[in-house]
Amino acid sequence: MTILINSKNQQKESLQPKGFLRYFSFSLDHKVIGIQYLVCGFLFYLVGGSLASAIRIELASPMSDFMPRDVYNQVLTLHGTIMIFLWIVPVVNGAFGNYLIPFYVGARDMAFPRLNAVAFWLIPPSGLMLIASYFVDGAAQAGWTAYPPLSITTPQSGQIIWILSVLLLGGSSIFGGINFIATILKLRRPGLKLMQLPMYCWAMLGTSILVVLSTPVLAGTLILLSFDIVAHTGFFNPVLGGNVVVYQHLFWFYSHPAVYIMVLPAFGLVSEILPIHCRKPLFGYTTMVFSIMGIVVLGLVVWAHHMFTSGTPPWMRLFFTIATAFIAVPTGIKFFNWVATMWGGKISINSAILFSCGFILNFVFGGITGVALAQVPFDIHVHDTYFVVAHFHYIVYGGSVFVIFSSIYHWFPKVTGKLLNEKLGIFHFAITFIGFNLCFAPQHWLGLNGMPRRVAEYDPQFQLINQVSSIGALLMAVSTIPFLINIFISVKNGKKAGDNPWNALTPEWLTSSPPPVENWKGEAPLVKEPYGYGKTIISEK
Amino acid sequence: MLDKNYYLILLISSIIGISFWIGFNVNLLPVEASINAPIYDELFKILFIIGLILFFGMSLIVIYSLFKFRKINGQSGDGIALEGNLKLEIIWTVIPSIIVLIVGLYSYNIYDRMGGMKELNNNHEIMHNNSERIWAGISQNSTNESGIGNLNVEASAMQFAFLFNYPNGEFISGELHVPVNEKISIKMESKDVIHAFWVPEFRIKQDIIPGQPTILNFTPTKVGKYPIICAELCGPYHGGMRASIIVEERSDYENWFNQNKKTNT
Repeated sequence: MTILINSKNQQKESLQPKGFLRYFSFSLDHKVIGIQYLVCGFLFYLVGGSLASAIRIELASPMSDFMPRDVYNQVLTLHGTIMIFLWIVPVVNGAFGNYLIPFYVGARDMAFPRLNAVAFWLIPPSGLMLIASYFVDGAAQAGWTAYPPLSITTPQSGQIIWILSVLLLGGSSIFGGINFIATILKLRRPGLKLMQLPMYCWAMLGTSILVVLSTPVLAGTLILLSFDIVAHTGFFNPVLGGNVVVYQHLFWFYSHPAVYIMVLPAFGLVSEILPIHCRKPLFGYTTMVFSIMGIVVLGLVVWAHHMFTSGTPPWMRLFFTIATAFIAVPTGIKFFNWVATMWGGKISINSAILFSCGFILNFVFGGITGVALAQVPFDIHVHDTYFVVAHFHYIVYGGSVFVIFSSIYHWFPKVTGKLLNEKLGIFHFAITFIGFNLCFAPQHWLGLNGMPRRVAEYDPQFQLINQVSSIGALLMAVSTIPFLINIFISVKNGKKAGDNPWNALTPEWLTSSPPPVENWKGEAPLVKEPYGYGKTIISEK
Repeated sequence: MLDKNYYLILLISSIIGISFWIGFNVNLLPVEASINAPIYDELFKILFIIGLILFFGMSLIVIYSLFKFRKINGQSGDGIALEGNLKLEIIWTVIPSIIVLIVGLYSYNIYDRMGGMKELNNNHEIMHNNSERIWAGISQNSTNESGIGNLNVEASAMQFAFLFNYPNGEFISGELHVPVNEKISIKMESKDVIHAFWVPEFRIKQDIIPGQPTILNFTPTKVGKYPIICAELCGPYHGGMRASIIVEERSDYENWFNQNKKTNT
């Protein structure tokens, strides 16, 4: 199988453009596609971040005075959609998955390289389409959840473009998921057992199962919604006898697993980064694998905790409380295992490890508020308030985005062969961490005391805390400057890294940096102990 | 060895002590103005203390590890080849499971005391017909069986206002006036999109859904004026969609009620 793909790819590669231009081509090389995902995602992150800044400027004063009210709703809808579907999901799955998974399983490329390229090239047009909808007749303004009947009654063109764009992105995500499952299960180097794979493979296997099971439900739901908008059918339209709560069930059946689609790969990436910089084996490999699969199973049966104040009967509220709270157990196992991995190690204090530790602190905090939110009586007060906004930003920004930065610092030498500037990196970490906590920690108080989410105006008593939050957001915006400077300077004039600057044992480091087109000059190495630190190095050729 | 254990116990007990102190002395919630509010705040306090202990504990371990096990310049080599410890892993699976289970059972108890598990549409006089199905809501607090009076109000929400229909007086008001310490039951329905009825001081919230009536029961305990906030994105003026609930003594309420009844708007 591997050999077959080899010869095919070699043929194709000779036709591909070389050098910088290949990043703009329909390249089939998994490493090129990974970088395409990462850079494209980062550009959308800058767009989504600008929208977030606009929101925080609006909320610096209690009146709705910075932008018109309907534009504000468009901005918050675009912010949510872009950050989820165009930044975090494509980057933690597509970017790092494509770059690393073939190395980890000892393959020369993904199982379906052409499908892989298609999956990536669906993203830029759908993202641009989404942004362009603002200039047509106004973007969608029903929030990223697009609850009917609001999504049916707001201006149609924006909502329809939003649906089309999310459908394309969902398709891209499904293609990616199928590809990862096939690659991990079928393209493993002979002799490599499943339980010898690096943890990120398990995380991606679990995530891809979630993607393949739940994304089609979202697609079906959105198609029905578009019928309601365009053809005036009545699936979710109460005027025509439809049911709005059914939409919420279908939507959250995807969108709760989507949270795990955003954090499980991040868990996997941290499990790769920590052992290398702590010089210790990953603690509790087997329990880590089982906890990932536990999260996958539980993650599929907790969706209604997003609907505790909606049309849900009491028994349903209770069932979903208990199911949700129990996700804390496998998640907790992972955190204890990471801390145990650090314990007794020889930790190099660098940007990668700092961002990973920042992730642990932020995520523990977000996890604790998450367990509280799972309790029906607790949720009834804070549902749809800034408490929830703060909670999920602790999970997706404090969790996933911190891990993305950690991973960029960690794998930059692999991709470019050069080292990033550590001083700038630590400075970047410091202002991101301070800015993030300054921005989101006070929002818990806002929610508890009566500020609902998605509002352009609020009670003047909340002004001071909102301004503190806005200053935090400003710091977060500024924090991208040292990061970008660092990237540009290091790509041009960075210190030479050598092939394996971290002395790592995982397979991607056992080739040159940057790696050759088919990953290894000779045969792929058989790495049976990717975390064998503290032992003699056991990696046979 | 004894010394080490001594410090460990000291540290753990001080974390727990500090967490309890913060939990009892830092108030993050608005005033308690309904029977549900003190019950809610009890749950909040417990979750807050458990959360603080876990967060302080984890943060200390992470920060301590970063300092204690950091690589000193020029040092090379690996840490110990420790790949797992079954006993430890069982401990940190079982203990969180027990905590989660206890918290779950406790919050069930709280939910039950808030009236969550009770039949919703008992004796609602304003039901238009008996076959009408109530979809969701919060029932009357179970500790309030003996509450005097029983006021039923019909609320309708639309972009971007709440209207309250008092069936006994046959008038509609934009403000919700209710007598203190009496059982209030609101049957809610939306005219257009989804809205929500939230009174932070009462610690209750229920979505108002088009086509599916929901019910919200509560008993206010404190005279005053509180905001009714829409908590579900409902359009451009969502942030401005507010009304007031005025909790007053029985006599004041009756005055207001009679004044409006006459005009019959």
